[in-house]
Amino acid sequence: MSVVTVQLGQCGNQVGQELFDVVCTDVREGPRKTYSAASCERFFYQTTHGDLTARAVLIDMEPKVINQSMTKAAKSGRWKYGDTSHFSQKQGSGNNWANGYCVHGPRHREVVEELVRREVERCDRLSGFMAMMSVAGGTGSGVGTYVTQCLRDIYPKSFILNHLTWPYGTGEVIVQNYNSVLTLAHLYQLSDAILVHENDTVHRICSQLLKIKHISFSDVNRVIAHQLGSVLQPALTADSHGVYSRNPLGELVSALTCHPEYKLLSVCTIPQMPNSSIAYSTFSWPGLLKHLRQMLISNSKMEEGIDWQVRPPSGSERTRSVTGGSFNASVANLLVLRGKDVYSAETGGFEDPTLYTSWLSAEEAFNLWKSPVPFNKYEKSATLVSNSQALLKPLDNMVAKAWNMFASRAYIHQYVKFGISEEDFLDNFTSLEQVISSYSELC
Amino acid sequence: MTQSVVVQVGQAGNQVGCRFWDLALREHAHVNKKGLYDEALSSFFRNVDSRRSDGRACGVGGRIQHLKARAVLVDMEEGVVNEILQGPLGEVFDSTQLLTDVSGSGNNWAVGHMTYGLAYREQIVDHLRKAAEHCDCLQCFFLIHSMGGGTGSGLGTRVLSLLEEEFPEVCRIVTSIYPSAEDDVITSPYNSVLAMRELTEHADCVLPVENQSLVDIVNKIKRMSHTGKPGSMIKRDSTIISGQGGLTRAEKPFDDMNNIVANLLLNITSSARFDGSLNMDLNEIAMNLVPFPRLHYLVPSLTPLYTLTDVSVPTRRLDQMFSDAFSKDHQLIRADPKHSLYLACALMVRGQVQVSDLRRNIERLKPSLPFVSWNQEGWKTGLCSVSPVGHSHSLLALANNTCVKPTFMELRERFTKLYRKKAHLHHYLHVDGMEQSCFSEAISSLSSLIEEYHHLDATKGKMMPDAPRLGIAR
Repeated sequence: MSVVTVQLGQCGNQVGQELFDVVCTDVREGPRKTYSAASCERFFYQTTHGDLTARAVLIDMEPKVINQSMTKAAKSGRWKYGDTSHFSQKQGSGNNWANGYCVHGPRHREVVEELVRREVERCDRLSGFMAMMSVAGGTGSGVGTYVTQCLRDIYPKSFILNHLTWPYGTGEVIVQNYNSVLTLAHLYQLSDAILVHENDTVHRICSQLLKIKHISFSDVNRVIAHQLGSVLQPALTADSHGVYSRNPLGELVSALTCHPEYKLLSVCTIPQMPNSSIAYSTFSWPGLLKHLRQMLISNSKMEEGIDWQVRPPSGSERTRSVTGGSFNASVANLLVLRGKDVYSAETGGFEDPTLYTSWLSAEEAFNLWKSPVPFNKYEKSATLVSNSQALLKPLDNMVAKAWNMFASRAYIHQYVKFGISEEDFLDNFTSLEQVISSYSELC
Repeated sequence: MTQSVVVQVGQAGNQVGCRFWDLALREHAHVNKKGLYDEALSSFFRNVDSRRSDGRACGVGGRIQHLKARAVLVDMEEGVVNEILQGPLGEVFDSTQLLTDVSGSGNNWAVGHMTYGLAYREQIVDHLRKAAEHCDCLQCFFLIHSMGGGTGSGLGTRVLSLLEEEFPEVCRIVTSIYPSAEDDVITSPYNSVLAMRELTEHADCVLPVENQSLVDIVNKIKRMSHTGKPGSMIKRDSTIISGQGGLTRAEKPFDDMNNIVANLLLNITSSARFDGSLNMDLNEIAMNLVPFPRLHYLVPSLTPLYTLTDVSVPTRRLDQMFSDAFSKDHQLIRADPKHSLYLACALMVRGQVQVSDLRRNIERLKPSLPFVSWNQEGWKTGLCSVSPVGHSHSLLALANNTCVKPTFMELRERFTKLYRKKAHLHHYLHVDGMEQSCFSEAISSLSSLIEEYHHLDATKGKMMPDAPRLGIAR
C-alpha cells in the first residue's frame, strides 16, 4: 500500500526531498527484492520510461524552493518528482499563519485537491497521507493546516500523519510561537498522529554525534530524513504475518495514538555517527536497546549525556507528584529494529509496565516492528517512536512564550488583518493548555 | 517571483535612486553570466525588445534585450533627473516613468505636499499604475526621499498616501533621509516633522538614515584606506561606498554616501531575488519586525564596510561581522541600539554562511542585547547564498529598537525652537490647503510616538512577570 506525501512550504519541501533520497538509496543497496519492491511501491511509481517517480505533491506559495527540490531530485539520476505534481504561486505567505490558512489555502483549494487526487488514483491501494511542514512560517503552517483539513474532508477513512519540524528555540521567525500554537491546536483535531522533529535536537545530533563542523540546513534535513526513513521503510509487524506490512500508517496510528488527547510523537534513532566511523564500530542489540530504553526514561533525545540515574517509579510510588520529576512517562512506544540478527534482539526492557501509564497494559502499549535488512549503512539500528512526555517541555515553552507575547497583543494586528481574531487565539491557547495538562498528568 | 517598484522623489531621492540602479546592474552582471533575463533580474527590471511592435515586455527566460528599470522618478526641478537621463543610466528609464517640473518646492513641505500634490495627482497615479501593470506580481513599493527639503519630503509623502489609496495590498517600504542637526536648510525641522506624521500613518516600514552617520562611515573607510598598515589593505571596489564596476564612471559628490543607502536596498531585497537555505521575503519583514502598527521604524546597519585583501582567519572575520552589526559605528542613524530596548531584530545574511554560524553568533550576542520582555528571542533570520559584489559575505541588521527615540526627540526640539517663534510659518500657511492645525497635529503625532517608545523603554531591565496562564479545570 502506498503513502502519498504532501510537502508544504520551504521546510516541508526541503525535508521531503531528502526523505525520498534516503529511501531511494536504501532501496538500491543490495539484492533484497521483496524489501525493495515493498519500499518502491510505498513511495514511488514507475513511469512508462522506467523512471522512479515520487508519490508526492509539492506545494509552496513561492517558486524558488520547489524548483530547487525538483532539480536536486532529477540530478540524482535515480529518482525524480512528477513533472506536474507541484503547485506554487509568486508570493509567499509572509510568515503569517492567517495569510496561509485564510487566504492562500482557500484560494488554491481546488488545484491542490486535484493534484492530490491524481496521486491517489495512481496508487493501487492507499495507505494514507503524510503531510510534511514546519510550524514556524506561514505557508507550511497555515496552508499546511488548511490542506490537512481538506484531506480530512475528502478522505475521511484514510490515515493522516503530520510530520512537523519545530524551529530553533532562539528564533528563526519572530512570530513562530503564534504560528506554532495556531497550527498545533488545529492539527490536534484533524490529524491521526503528529510526528515532531525539533531543530534544536537535530542540530545537537549533527554537532555532537555526527561531528559536523559547519552545520547547514541540508545536514539537519538529512538527519530528519534518516530518522523518518527508518520508521517508514518496510518492516515486519505483529499483524503482518511474516510479510512486510502493507499498512504502515494504520499500524503506526493504532499502535501509538489510540487516545485522542495524546497525539504527539517523538522519534529517536541509534546509532548516529559520522559515516567514516561506521565501518569501525560494532553494535550489539543488548547494548543498543539498553541505551535506547534509558534515553526514553530520562528523556535524552540523543545518545550522549544520558542520565543513568533516572528510574521508572516502582508500583507503590505511582502517584501524580512523582511524575513531576525527571522520569519520562509513556502512553505507548513503537520500537523498529533493522539489521543483522534482528530476531535475536531481546526487547523485554520496553515491556516493563512501570514505563507506561496505568490505563494501558504493557502488551497494548508496546509495539515491535522488525526488518532483517540493514538501513542506511548501519549494520544494526533501532528507532523508537514514542508517545510520551518527551515533547511536553518544548510544547509548554512554546505556549508560554506565545502567551506572553499575546498578553501584550504584539503582532496581533497582522493576524486580524487576514481574518484570525483574538477570540480564535484564545480558543487555540485553551486547546493546547488542555493537551499540556493531559500530558503532565500522565502516570 | 515577485517584483518591486522604486519610487524616487526629490533631489536626494533621485540621487540615491540613481546609485541604486547603477549598483543593481553591477550586482546582476556579476551574478548573471549567461545574459539570460532571469527571475532575479525581473524583480527590478523589465526586458524590452524594441523591435516588437506591441511594446510589451519579454517574459522570463529569454536573452536580455533591453533592460528598463521598474521605477518612477519624480522631481519638481529638472536638474537631477536630466543629469540621470543624460548619463549612461539614461537607457534604463523611459519618458513614461518621469515626472518633472521646473520651479522646485523651495524647501517647503506644504508646496510639495499640497500644491504639487494636488496638481500632479492624476499623473502620479497614472505613472504608478503603468509601472504596476508591467508587474506579474507586485509585492513592494520602495519609496526613497529625504525629509528635510520640500519635494522629497512634501510630494514624497503625498505619493506615499496615494500608494496606500491605490495599492492597499502592496507593501510600502520607505527609505527616509533625515537631516542632521547642522543641516543648512533652516526649515528642515518643519518639513521633517510634517513628513513624519505621514510616515507614521501610511508607511508599512520606514528605514531612517541620517546624513551624519553616512558621513562618519565614509570617513572611517577613507581613514582605513589611508593607513597603509600591513594586513589591513582593503580590496579595491569592495567597500560599500564604492561604485566601481558600475556604469557611471565619474564619481560625483555624495556618491559615496548614496552608495551606502543603495547597498542597503540591494541587501534588503537579496533574499527575495536570489536563492538561499532560509529565504526571507519582503512581506516577512513587516510581519516580523512591526509588533504594533505605528512602531515601524527599523534602524539599519550594514557590515562589513570593506573587505581586507588578507583572506586568512575567515571564521573570526565572520564573527566580527556579527559583532559589528550591533556597534553604533555601523548604524545608519546616530543611535546606540545596544543600550536601548530591542522590540525585534532581523539579520539578513548573504554569502557562504551556514545556519550554525548564525546560531552561534546569536547565542554569543544575545546576553548583551536587551530585548523587550515579551519578545526575548525576537530574531528573524534570513540566509541568501549569493554574496554581494566584492565581499564573500555580508550582513544587514534591521532593528526595531527604542534608540530612535532620541533622534525623534531631537527633531521635536528643533521643531519647537522654530515653532515657538513662529519663524517662517507664513511661507507654509500661505499655501492653499495648509493650516495651523497641520502643524499641531504633526507635532502631536510625533509626541505620541515618542511616548509609545518611552513606555516600552520603561520596561527595560525590569523583570516582567510572566502573564498568568489559562487554568484548565481538572
